[in-house]
Amino acid sequence: MKHDIQRYTAGERSNHWAVAILFVLAGLSGLALFHPALFWLSHLFGGGPWTRILHPFIGIAMFLFFIWLVMRFMSHNMIHKRDVQWLKQAGDVMANREGNMPEVGRYNGGQKLLFWVLLVCMLLLLVTGIVIWREYFSHLFGIELIRLSVLLHALAALVLIVSIIVHIYAGIWVKGSVGAMLTGWVSKGWARKHHSLWYKEVEKGENKH
Amino acid sequence: MATQDIIARSATTTHSPSIRQIDEVAKLIDVSKCIGCKACQVACSEWNDLRDEVGHNHGTYESPADLSADSWTLMRFAEHEDEAGKLEWLIRKDGCMHCAEPGCLTACPSPGAIVQYANGIVDFNQDHCIGCGYCITGCPFDVPRISKKDNKAYKCSLCSDRVGVGQEPACVKTCPTGAIVFGSKEDMKDHAAERIVDLKSRGYENAGLYDPPGVGGTHVMYVLHHADKPALYSGLPADPSIDPMVHVWKGVAKPLGLLAMGATALIGFFHYLRVGRNVVEEDEPGAVGDAAVHKVDPAVHEFDPKAPR
Repeated sequence: MKHDIQRYTAGERSNHWAVAILFVLAGLSGLALFHPALFWLSHLFGGGPWTRILHPFIGIAMFLFFIWLVMRFMSHNMIHKRDVQWLKQAGDVMANREGNMPEVGRYNGGQKLLFWVLLVCMLLLLVTGIVIWREYFSHLFGIELIRLSVLLHALAALVLIVSIIVHIYAGIWVKGSVGAMLTGWVSKGWARKHHSLWYKEVEKGENKH
Repeated sequence: MATQDIIARSATTTHSPSIRQIDEVAKLIDVSKCIGCKACQVACSEWNDLRDEVGHNHGTYESPADLSADSWTLMRFAEHEDEAGKLEWLIRKDGCMHCAEPGCLTACPSPGAIVQYANGIVDFNQDHCIGCGYCITGCPFDVPRISKKDNKAYKCSLCSDRVGVGQEPACVKTCPTGAIVFGSKEDMKDHAAERIVDLKSRGYENAGLYDPPGVGGTHVMYVLHHADKPALYSGLPADPSIDPMVHVWKGVAKPLGLLAMGATALIGFFHYLRVGRNVVEEDEPGAVGDAAVHKVDPAVHEFDPKAPR
């Protein structure tokens, strides 16, 4: 991959991978407590009690780094008409038929949808996670709210994990994307093919990043 | 003690050793015979070597104010005035009900931290407890408590150590009025039926047995003089059951959740296999205009004089 255009700064990349690492840790420790078949994952964290102790702190850290990422990228993720059209034609993208797709800015409709789904999930996980954090907070809440929260926490985590699996796959499938988030650079061809509007802006010198 | 009579084990999806068949036991608490002396609380504390902190007077006879990791049973005192203005002092010995379908065990994520024996006793194995408090979330009776000292969950064990060697629970042994009796569940139901006949003959038309079917019945049962209104007895739930949200969370959500994650990953794999990579053609090696292949430095010669002609 040629290094023609810088897509992500070192700060953005570090922020992204901090969230990614914390997501993996929060996900594995959470799954350990979710299904008996995955309880063995608790050994990665030093056993059941340590998994229970660490999971909420990892979650809080993930949330804080994620919110930082949101503040960096929110302005690029406002959903426009062309993004809705993109989403309607997402099946063509999946089939590698991109001829009739609407022009894409810095992010496509799918990426923007992911952005907002992740934000909703993270907020839900934070709020419900505090309610079910038995050691410090659960005594402040009623039992019905706690029961609702354990269910919503699991549901939000499921949507988050499935979304991230899609996100990771998209990165692997669309060649050049993992490199973009690792090195920060993309080729002109990549930018033109996947984010033509953004490419034009960069070429005009309006938006270096 | 006995490990061949475990009929349910928390966070375990296969059978537990359950070859031994034992009759179900039950503790029957006849509320109408209770005088609120709290001897059962003391016996519980003695046998289990528990010493709760000395608390404060909260303006009621209840002491301590609530169940705790160190107080596994508690007399709850309710003053009830009926329609005729007659005052009734309703005293209920609160504690684990040892449900046939235990919400705590359903909710527990740690394998073996909660077990249910064939005799019906639901026992916490604190050695496996991780302190998450899910048992509290699952319990329809608000019984388990997490200790502030060791972050483990505790509750009445129905003196499983005593019952295992043929003795009755400590509270039963000590009760001076015979309000608490212990035996096989069938015998306790028969005993309760006699008591209910007696209570009805003395004007308590709604006397009855509290053995709530919503949790599959319990192995701690009450004889209530007002069985039609269990809530009178310090909020005893009329129709307890495992909450639907807990059922979904610990029921369908678990397999469906894993299935959704696995399926998504598999769909990705087969998409890659069938549709192929999404590549930028001009960046591919060998593409037209690819510098690496076509713009050869004129100083580089491919002629190898040693190569065979």
